[in-house]
Amino acid sequence: MDDGFAIKVDHVSKTFRLPLEKQTSLKGVLINFFRGGKRRYMKQKALNNVSFEIKKGEFFGIVGRNGSGKSTMLKLLAGIYSPSEGVIKINGKLTPFIELGVGFNPELTGRENVFLNGALLGFNRKEMQAMYDDIVSFAELHKFMDQKLKNYSSGMQVRLAFSIAIRAKSDILLIDEVLAVGDVAFQEKCFDVFRTIKSEGRTVVFVSHDLNGLQEFCDRAVLIDYGDQINIGNTENIIMEYETRMAKDNSNAAAAQYGDRPGSGKYIVEKVDVSDATGKPINSMKVGDEFTVSVQYKRNEPVEELICGVSIVDANGISIIGPNTKEAGFKLTRKDLEASNKIVAKFNNNPLSPGIYTVTVGLFSENGTSPYDYLTSATSFKIIGKARHGKVTTEPNWSIS
Amino acid sequence: MFKRIFSKQNRVLVAELVRTDFKLRYQGSVLGYAWSLLRPLLIFVILYIVFVKFLKVGAGTPHYAQYLLFGIVLWNFFTEMTMQSLGSIVGRGDLIRKIRIPRWIIVISSSLSALINLFLNLIIITLFMIIGHVEPSSKVYLLPLLLGEVYLFALGVSFFLSAAFVKYRDVSYIWEVILQAGFYLTPILYPLSRITNVTFQKLMLMNPMAQALQDARYVLITKKTIIPSHIFNGGWYEYIPLFIVVIVLIIGVSYFRKESKFFAENI
Repeated sequence: MDDGFAIKVDHVSKTFRLPLEKQTSLKGVLINFFRGGKRRYMKQKALNNVSFEIKKGEFFGIVGRNGSGKSTMLKLLAGIYSPSEGVIKINGKLTPFIELGVGFNPELTGRENVFLNGALLGFNRKEMQAMYDDIVSFAELHKFMDQKLKNYSSGMQVRLAFSIAIRAKSDILLIDEVLAVGDVAFQEKCFDVFRTIKSEGRTVVFVSHDLNGLQEFCDRAVLIDYGDQINIGNTENIIMEYETRMAKDNSNAAAAQYGDRPGSGKYIVEKVDVSDATGKPINSMKVGDEFTVSVQYKRNEPVEELICGVSIVDANGISIIGPNTKEAGFKLTRKDLEASNKIVAKFNNNPLSPGIYTVTVGLFSENGTSPYDYLTSATSFKIIGKARHGKVTTEPNWSIS
Repeated sequence: MFKRIFSKQNRVLVAELVRTDFKLRYQGSVLGYAWSLLRPLLIFVILYIVFVKFLKVGAGTPHYAQYLLFGIVLWNFFTEMTMQSLGSIVGRGDLIRKIRIPRWIIVISSSLSALINLFLNLIIITLFMIIGHVEPSSKVYLLPLLLGEVYLFALGVSFFLSAAFVKYRDVSYIWEVILQAGFYLTPILYPLSRITNVTFQKLMLMNPMAQALQDARYVLITKKTIIPSHIFNGGWYEYIPLFIVVIVLIIGVSYFRKESKFFAENI
C-alpha cells in the first residue's frame, strides 16, 4: 500500500434525497399511503465528482462559500455520510468527530462531560484520569468543573471541548470551523497546538471561514463551489481564487440586479478595478507597492453631488483602510460626474500587510448617510511579502536615546 | 470481526453511554437511584393487591404473587428495552450527525440500561421469593439462558425498530399498539391454564415471549406452569419460538446494517 497519502478521494459524488412534501395532516398521510406510500423526493447533488489526495503530514484546507458542500465533504471524510458514488480511502487513524463538543450533555457536570467525551475518543476512565488535570488547566476551568455544563458560557464549553479534542491520538484530524473560536488569547493557544500537531507530522483537514487561519496553517487547499471542485493547490492561490469568485459573483450580481443591493440606485457601481502604478489591472502586488482603485459608475438620475467611499477589507471582514471623497475634501459635482464615468483612488502609500483583501465601494448622497449604491467585495487582491505583525505595516525610524 | 466489535474503544464507549443514561435518569429526584428499586416494588404492591387479593385470578397456581410479578418484570423489560431503543438513534441524532461511532453502539447501550433495570427488578423478585418461601427447581440454571433468549429477541426487534423509526415516525405508535396487544396475548396477568382451548394455548406459546416466560416460571417459581415441552409433546414445533427469535435477530441486524449508512442524512 502506498504510504504517502493520508486521504484519497476518488471521483466522489454525494446526492441527498430531500422529501418534497412534509405530511402533517392525517388526510395527506392517508392519501399518500393509498397512492402507494412512496414519498416524493427532490434530488440534490451536494458534491459532484470531487477527487483529491491529501499527503501524510499535510495541513489541508477545504474552502468554499456557505452551502458549497465543504461540510458535506468533511462528513464524507469522517465516515458520517457515505458517498453516493466514488471511493474515499483513509490511511491511518481518523478522529471520529468533526465538531467540538459533540456529545456534550448540558445536564452533566464539566468533569462528567470530560469522561464522556473522552470515551468518544476511545479513552477509558483510567486514561482520562491521567490526562484530566492537563485538560482542565489547558481549558482554564478549574473552578467550574463541578458545575453543570448548561451553566457554562459558550466560550467555556468550546475551551473544554478543544482541550479534550487535542488529546485524540489520531493520525488525521478533521476540524470544522474551529479556528474562529474563543477569545484572542485562547486562539493563540490553539494556534500553538496546531503548530505542535504540525511538527509531529500529523495530518489535519480544516474547513473554515477564517481565511487568515487557513492561510497560516494550510499547505494546500481545495476550492469547492456549488458542489464542484474548482481548483486544488497552494493555499494562497486557492484563497485568492475563492475571493475572486466571491467578488466576481458580487459584481455579476451588481450588473444584473442592483435592486437587491442597498441604495436607491441613482448612481450604480458598474465595475471596480485594482491596478498598479502603470495602470495595468492586477490582482496581486508586493508589500508597499502603490495601487489604484478605479470605480466605474453608471448614472441613472443626475444628482448635485456624490460622495464615493472605498474600503479595503481584510480576510476577516475588518475594514483596514476606508477613505472617502468627503473626508478628503474632494468634491464630485454634477458637472464632473457627467463628463466622465470613473472615480479613481490612487494609494501612493500602501501600508497593507501581506494577505488577501477585498474592496468594498459605496456611493453616497451629499450628507453621506443614504447610499445610492453599496457593493461589498467588489473585487479582491493579494499583498505578497514576508508576514509582519499587525494589520498594517509602517516602519518607524528605530533608534536609542 | 469479533475483535473489532469488542475493541477497547467500543467497550469504553458503551460503558460511558450506559453510565450517562443512568446518571440522567434519576437526576433531580431526591431519592435518586433508589427509585430503580422502589418503582418496581411499589408497582408490585399495587398488582398484588389488585390481582391476588381482589381478583384472585391465579387461584390454584402456587406462589401466584411471585408468578405474576415475574411475568410483569419480564414483560416490562421487553417493553422498556424496545421502546427505549426505538427512539435511541433519533434521540442521539447529535452524535450520529457529527461523529463517526458504530451506530449499533447506541442501540446496545440503551439495551444494556434496560438489562441493568431487569437485574435490579430480579433482586426484588428474589426478595419476594425468599419472603414467600418459593423454592426454585433444580433446573434453575436454565434461567440465564431464557433471559438471554428474551434479550436477543428484544435486541432483534430493537435494531429493526430503531432503524425504521429514523425513516418512519409512525413506527413508535404502531409499536405501542403491538406491545399493548402482546401484553394481553402473553399469559402475564392470567395463568395459561385459564385458556381452555388447547389450540389457542399452542398458538400463544409460539410467541417467544410467552414461551420464555412460561419456561422461566417453571424453573424458577412453580412446576404448575404450562410449558411448551408439555403441550407440544416434543413435536418439532416446540422450537418455533426459538426459530422466531433467530429470524427476528437476523432481520433486525441486517436491516439496521443496511440503513445505518444513511442515518446521518435521514435523521
